[in-house]
Amino acid sequence: MLLIECPWCGPRAETEFSYGGEAGIERPADPYALSDAEWADYLFFRRNPRGAHRELWHHAQGCRRWFGVERDTVSYRIEKSYRLSGAGSGRPAAAHIEASKEKRR
Amino acid sequence: MKRYSALGLLRNALDYNRNWPAAWRSPEPKKSYDAIIVGGGGHGLATAYYLARDHGLRNVAVLEKGWIGGGNTGRNTSIVRSNYLWTEASLLYEKSLQLWEGLSRDLNYNVMFSQRGVYNLGHSLQDMRDIERRVNANRLNGIDAEVLGPAEVKRAIPCINTSPGARYPILGASLQRRGGVARHDAVAWGFARAADALGVDIIEQCEVTGIEVRAGRAVGVATTRGAIAADRIGVVVAGNAGVLAGMAGLRLPIESHPLQAFVSEPIRPVLDTVVMSGAVHGYISQSDKGELVIGAGIDAYNGYGQRGSFPVIEHAMQAIIELFPAFSRVRMLRLWGGIVDICPDACPIVSKTPVQGLYFNCGWGTGGFKATPGSGWVFAHTLAHDRPHDLNAPFSLDRFASGALIDEHGAAAVAH
Ligand SMILES: Cc1cc2nc3c(=O)[nH]c(=O)nc-3n(C[C@H](O)[C@H](O)[C@H](O)COP(=O)(O)OP(=O)(O)OC[C@H]3O[C@@H](n4cnc5c(N)ncnc54)[C@H](O)[C@@H]3O)c2cc1C
Ligand SMILES: [Zn+2]
Repeated sequence: MLLIECPWCGPRAETEFSYGGEAGIERPADPYALSDAEWADYLFFRRNPRGAHRELWHHAQGCRRWFGVERDTVSYRIEKSYRLSGAGSGRPAAAHIEASKEKRR
Repeated sequence: MKRYSALGLLRNALDYNRNWPAAWRSPEPKKSYDAIIVGGGGHGLATAYYLARDHGLRNVAVLEKGWIGGGNTGRNTSIVRSNYLWTEASLLYEKSLQLWEGLSRDLNYNVMFSQRGVYNLGHSLQDMRDIERRVNANRLNGIDAEVLGPAEVKRAIPCINTSPGARYPILGASLQRRGGVARHDAVAWGFARAADALGVDIIEQCEVTGIEVRAGRAVGVATTRGAIAADRIGVVVAGNAGVLAGMAGLRLPIESHPLQAFVSEPIRPVLDTVVMSGAVHGYISQSDKGELVIGAGIDAYNGYGQRGSFPVIEHAMQAIIELFPAFSRVRMLRLWGGIVDICPDACPIVSKTPVQGLYFNCGWGTGGFKATPGSGWVFAHTLAHDRPHDLNAPFSLDRFASGALIDEHGAAAVAH
């Protein structure tokens, strides 16, 4: 069983979490501008690396917040977990900040 | 190849079984082949066998990084059935089931295919509606299928708990009588021996580390035993499909996950069929040695480690004990994991790729053992003719862009 560190609640058993797959996937701003292949890539194609993987976890049975984890997919060793809104966050949060700046302008 | 026979058994017994010939050669890899199959699991070996037998392609090598059948082929719970929902899928699995029915004779190797029937349980009204729908779809496709009520399930499987107060009440089941189990190792060994007899080189301890692509065409592979050239390359490496695709600059819509199974100590015969429940993530049969063979669901996270987390095992065990309370006192002996290649629509990819001469057969996920002969049969056709057979044409890599997915989650997601 994995011991996962929730950035807010600390280390907890894997059974408290649910898995959210690869981190940093950004929903295309204008889906209609994409080709079918590009849209398929967004929907279905993941990096699935053998080795270091940045992924999302949800503390479903705890604080119910999403966060990022860097984990090795062979040894399953967790290198770090991080808050999505802070430093070291994935691309979605960064994009979100950009988008809200956009709106303010 | 020395044919196996009852007389041969007797003759070798007289020699104290000291003079059995090796079942296949262990040749040094040649500099080049007409076709290379990467991956010596059941699917890869079957592909090589049908290439040699049906398409006259005998200058073929199977490259395996470990040993024959050491991947998912030797790690699965060996359930065979063809009662999938959608026509595309059920025809492909049914082709495979028909090949299973003559396989021991074809290969001159006893793969112990035992058509003991497969029950898929329904625990809710919705489960039963789905079962009725799937059984009707199967029958329209000429595949044997029946819907049973709880009393019939109880009559066939006396140790199952059909009481209405059960945590997972059993409202009925589908039954495919032609389904069953086979001896997984024997499938790998039988295909290896038969392919070898037709001239195929089976090369173990030979890991493919690169795929050479020149002007959009695959021309060979780099391996731990040197470079090998080939006109066409078929990749059949299950959970490692994405790694091999990366070597040719391709991406696949596949994610690798651990899938675990376990067996009990041997006990007296108690279960003479296969019972599966998609809803509670458990499936069980009893091996000829008497062990209960139990499979779990996948671990949710991506993994290549051939092991998973214990809560998944616990979850499967809870379900099995609810269904079969008598098994609560049976001790478990061994536990292991394999790495399965999960596709978004729970269906395989058996396909050409944007790279000429490079073909992929993957995405069988949690349920490809049953497809071993059929998968090899259609993949051999695809390699030999540079175009898919009608049976695997719908299972192309293009379907993810075209949107023509074959959504087998209802029939295949947890089930094997
Ligand atoms: C626990 C478990 C239970 C299952 N239960 C069932 C079931 O009941 N019924 C069912 O139908 N299916 C079941 N399956 C699924 C089934 O096992 C697989 O779909 C099927 O065995 C895949 O066959 P394969 O030949 O493609 O894969 P494998 O047997 O995994 O063969 C792939 C081979 O490729 C080799 N390889 C990988 N990378 C390289 C490389 N770079 N170079 C050379 N070789 C390489 C590997 O070593 C391996 O031997 C189960 C799987 C698991 C793990
Ligand atoms: Zn938390």
